[in-house]
Amino acid sequence: MADHRTVYMDHSATTPTDPEVVQAMLPWYSEHYGNPSSLYRLARESKTAIEQARKKVASALGAESEEIYFTSGGTESDNWALFGVAFANRKRGDHIITTAIEHHAILHTCAYLEKLGFKVTYLPVNESGKVRIDDLNAAITDKTILVSVMTANNEIGTIQPITEIGAICREKGVLFHTDAVQAIGNIPIDVKEMNIDLLSLSAHKFYGPKGVGALYVRKGVRIENYLHGGGQERRKRAGTENVPGIVGLGVAIEKAIQNMDTRIDQIRTLRDYLLEKILTEIPHTRLNGDRTDRLPGNINVSFEFIEGESLLLLLDHAGIAASTGSACSSGSLEPSHVLLAIGLPAEIAHGSLRLTLGHHNTKEDVEYTAAEIKKAVDRLRTMSPLYADYVKRHAHV
Amino acid sequence: MLMYSEKVMDHFMNPRNQGEIADADGVGEVGNPTCGDIMRIFITVKDNIITDVKFQTFGCGAAVASSSMATELIKGKTLEEAWEVSNKAVAEALEGLPPIKMHCSVLAEEGIHKAINDYRIKQGLEPWEEKGGHSHSHDEPACEG
Repeated sequence: MADHRTVYMDHSATTPTDPEVVQAMLPWYSEHYGNPSSLYRLARESKTAIEQARKKVASALGAESEEIYFTSGGTESDNWALFGVAFANRKRGDHIITTAIEHHAILHTCAYLEKLGFKVTYLPVNESGKVRIDDLNAAITDKTILVSVMTANNEIGTIQPITEIGAICREKGVLFHTDAVQAIGNIPIDVKEMNIDLLSLSAHKFYGPKGVGALYVRKGVRIENYLHGGGQERRKRAGTENVPGIVGLGVAIEKAIQNMDTRIDQIRTLRDYLLEKILTEIPHTRLNGDRTDRLPGNINVSFEFIEGESLLLLLDHAGIAASTGSACSSGSLEPSHVLLAIGLPAEIAHGSLRLTLGHHNTKEDVEYTAAEIKKAVDRLRTMSPLYADYVKRHAHV
Repeated sequence: MLMYSEKVMDHFMNPRNQGEIADADGVGEVGNPTCGDIMRIFITVKDNIITDVKFQTFGCGAAVASSSMATELIKGKTLEEAWEVSNKAVAEALEGLPPIKMHCSVLAEEGIHKAINDYRIKQGLEPWEEKGGHSHSHDEPACEG
């Protein structure tokens, strides 16, 4: 490797745990290890720590403490929200509405609910990845019990009109769940203002630890349990609490909300600079997703004539960690369902690259990444029969 | 990301015989852009021997490495010998491919066959028949592009 720089630009996959978060977690392993359900001081300490973390999460969302339930992460929260609401409201109706671009934690859960007899509508999105409000209005019937629309998309970063969607659901008496896993720390959230009934979040997406998350459930919402067992989490979610993880989640979400505006501005400026460089310096490149209603750190671009996995391999060789919507990287042979849903032809979806910046990224990282991407794309195009054909066609004109 | 063998990475990072033969005696193209891989193999044939071979590939690391390895395996071989180079031979020479990537080696075998038959047809000869039955199993998904 000519350059030993390493650049992490995959913050939508996960983030490094903030050292301050790690410090806050450490005492809860070997020192204060009491099981919160037990009846002695060691246990009460753990219990108190959990309740403090709960307050922090509630405050970050504009919710009440008793509306927050800790889980093992985004996937569990999504599964619980969908199964829990579906089973608790089955007598009222059997119809669920979601979108074509949700995370698989939602889509695969919906597919399973369909097997169990529920009916699911998958709303299409426009070319920038947004749900059309008219489509939502038209899809809601008297059998609809739940609408689940992600706050922001993990691949293309598109932010949905959550407040509008929440208002419609409230007006029609349908519960509204949002997967806010990518949104926390990037978009201000107020569950009351936005009429959100259920919300999923995951700590490791905002510099917290992996394996812990939360589900917000508005007071009064009927939801069945998903994990059965002990009486933890006010009898709603069984299993001994991940005390260190929950403490870490609390600290992380507090930090994610503090100075959010300044942090977002800084990341967005860096992102815009990198995006501009890519779009101007590399021909036959297109931006996927919405130009403005977009997560501040997200770039998703498609380079014509090349395939994403080989691009990732070259970038990895240069020390750059990124991601792609190409099938070839994922262990399936279908390109990203999100890129197909915004109308990209498969061959363009195969040539996609996702860069998600975080607050540790610097101007130098961005300069280096832009230069390495250009080199890698040029190299793969030289190899590509599609590019060779393009050049020949062009030469004849 | 998938784990590739050192050999795959070597052929991906330093592809052998990458390029185009402008006046090739035979050209074989396989795959399609919808599936995310296209391989084009060019051969020059003298006295029934493949004296030169080049490839162009749009595709993943395994597709590039398979193309590169396939060209190495057939260079200097008679057409009969080259025809016998199986996808399994390509994968083995690469010290294995992840199961989901075996189709890349299949593409390489098919690319060689197409290039050879293109040559044969141009020479006014009967194309050879595909034996069928690659060594990949049905567990390995194929793209229906």
